[in-house]
Amino acid sequence: MRIQLALRNRMFFFFSVVFPIGMFFLYAGIFAKGNPRVVSFFLGPVIALNVMGSFWGLSAMLVTFREQGILRRFHVTPVTAADMLASSILANYLLTLPTVFIELLFARLIFRVQNLGDLFSLLILVTVGTVSFASLGLVVASVTNTMQETQVLNQLIWLPLIFLSGATLPIAYLPKVAQSVAVFLPATYLVTGLQGAMYSSFPVWKLLTQILSLFFWAVLTFFVAAQLFRWEPESKIPRNAKLWALATALPFFFLGVWENKNGQILTQAQAAYRSLDQPAKSDQPPKSDQPSMGTPHPQKAAPISTNPQ
Amino acid sequence: MPEPILQVDNLFKRYGDVQAVRGVSFSVEEGEVFGLLGPNGAGKTSTVEILEGLRSPDSGYVRVCGLDPQVSSRELKHDIGAALQSTALPEKLKVMEALRLFAGFYKRRRDPEELLKRFGLEEKRNTHYGKLSGGQKQRLALAMALLSDPRVLFFDEPTAGLDPQVRREIYDIIEELRREKKTILMTTHYIEEAERLCDRVAIVDHGQVIALGSPRELKQRSGGKTRIEVKLAKPAANGTLQTLEGVADAREVGGAYVLHTQRPPQAIVSLVKHLEAEGNELVSLEIATPSLEDVFIEMTGRRLRD
Repeated sequence: MRIQLALRNRMFFFFSVVFPIGMFFLYAGIFAKGNPRVVSFFLGPVIALNVMGSFWGLSAMLVTFREQGILRRFHVTPVTAADMLASSILANYLLTLPTVFIELLFARLIFRVQNLGDLFSLLILVTVGTVSFASLGLVVASVTNTMQETQVLNQLIWLPLIFLSGATLPIAYLPKVAQSVAVFLPATYLVTGLQGAMYSSFPVWKLLTQILSLFFWAVLTFFVAAQLFRWEPESKIPRNAKLWALATALPFFFLGVWENKNGQILTQAQAAYRSLDQPAKSDQPPKSDQPSMGTPHPQKAAPISTNPQ
Repeated sequence: MPEPILQVDNLFKRYGDVQAVRGVSFSVEEGEVFGLLGPNGAGKTSTVEILEGLRSPDSGYVRVCGLDPQVSSRELKHDIGAALQSTALPEKLKVMEALRLFAGFYKRRRDPEELLKRFGLEEKRNTHYGKLSGGQKQRLALAMALLSDPRVLFFDEPTAGLDPQVRREIYDIIEELRREKKTILMTTHYIEEAERLCDRVAIVDHGQVIALGSPRELKQRSGGKTRIEVKLAKPAANGTLQTLEGVADAREVGGAYVLHTQRPPQAIVSLVKHLEAEGNELVSLEIATPSLEDVFIEMTGRRLRD
């Protein structure tokens, strides 16, 4: 049942593929100047943008369907809110994966990035990231009534997320103050996680902070989205709904405080950024010596040279 | 006697300041076609939505197939089918896809192919929903309501906004369902629809049931009087029409006068004589055999049509 719904939802997502790929070329071309190593650095953020983009598509779709009365028709059936949410997230995920794959392909083929990092970590992060940001979009859709309101709220959330998290400018670039704020945002963990996976080839266990926090956040947000789900157009938003929605920010609130005190995320990000300037050497990231556990793809030991083969 | 399949007792529902449903009570037996007839805003749709489990009542006893739609919503939904007042589906969804999609939600289901044929939508199986005509969309909505092989069907204003030709097609479909002894609860503001299709009708106005019975019973109750509707050049003095011989009841309804009589010829003669005497003139005159609208007018002093 869910899959059927997902397959049907897929039809309306086709336009969400063009934007991320466009951004990818923008990054790779302009920022990285085609340098494979730098491209690899930016692959993380680009994929993060892709994943976070789920946020837009789903909130828009949910609000539209509700206001048009489409959700009502589903309401008369045995389908539950969780079913509806899960199927849209699934559909979105099935669309995100090929896009990520294409981006990796372009990175390899066009920009000659040899080492695509720890693909297993990548997969995990993309999965967790998609679910969580998609759920966030659905939460937004449940506390707004019209497309306009939704878009406004989307913007309010989206802009800090992309500018402070390292998805646009590398974190290390940002002033200290901004960096301290950044660790309160879930997007930061996604970006650093992906960057760690792709650029520094961190295996899963090195990215536990990001993975677990995002996972936990995904579960929480999904739960909140299911609770707040509304089928009827123009229905009143329960007063405590907005509070519930804010509750999803809580985990990262705590995490942010902790990270500011003794976190490693920022230092890792800074180290990665600095390593960009260093001459190309072994591809092993500065900290890990052991081979990663449980990753299907062995890390390549050959250095990335700036000369394409 | 078996339990009625639908039971509503003393139902109340309010939206903000507006009391939409005020103490509605009725019951529906399995296998009958029951109509809720009333003008827009009478509370029909709210009542049906409460029965379907879409809205929660403020108070009152509601049972569908023995279950409370609020408590056993999910379980109940497997046994009901509904065509909502305005069905909306994603524009790009194809007809067959829609049928298959919704069929998949139910434990028990009818074959989408069979329904496609039965509702005359075979040629449109791959057409996008947005490209269907109003009549086709409505046929699809009815087909979708049958997907779950339901014990109760809810049709909310099934022919609203459709032209007469299409409306007749829908009537044929509903009559077929009636012959198959399906239980149907339908709402409508069209008198002929209620008269033609329903075994029993509850006339609803301002959130209350003002009359309940089979169409024939209701018309008899209103005395089986013929209705004469006249428009006059000048307004008639208050109460004078009522006193005419042969006239049982006379009311002014929205600029015209509605007279009820059991002796139409007599009433007309007295009317004409009276108008002559008053120097008034007849602008138009219409005679109609008794209908449910008359019952409505009699009880509320207003027309059923807006």
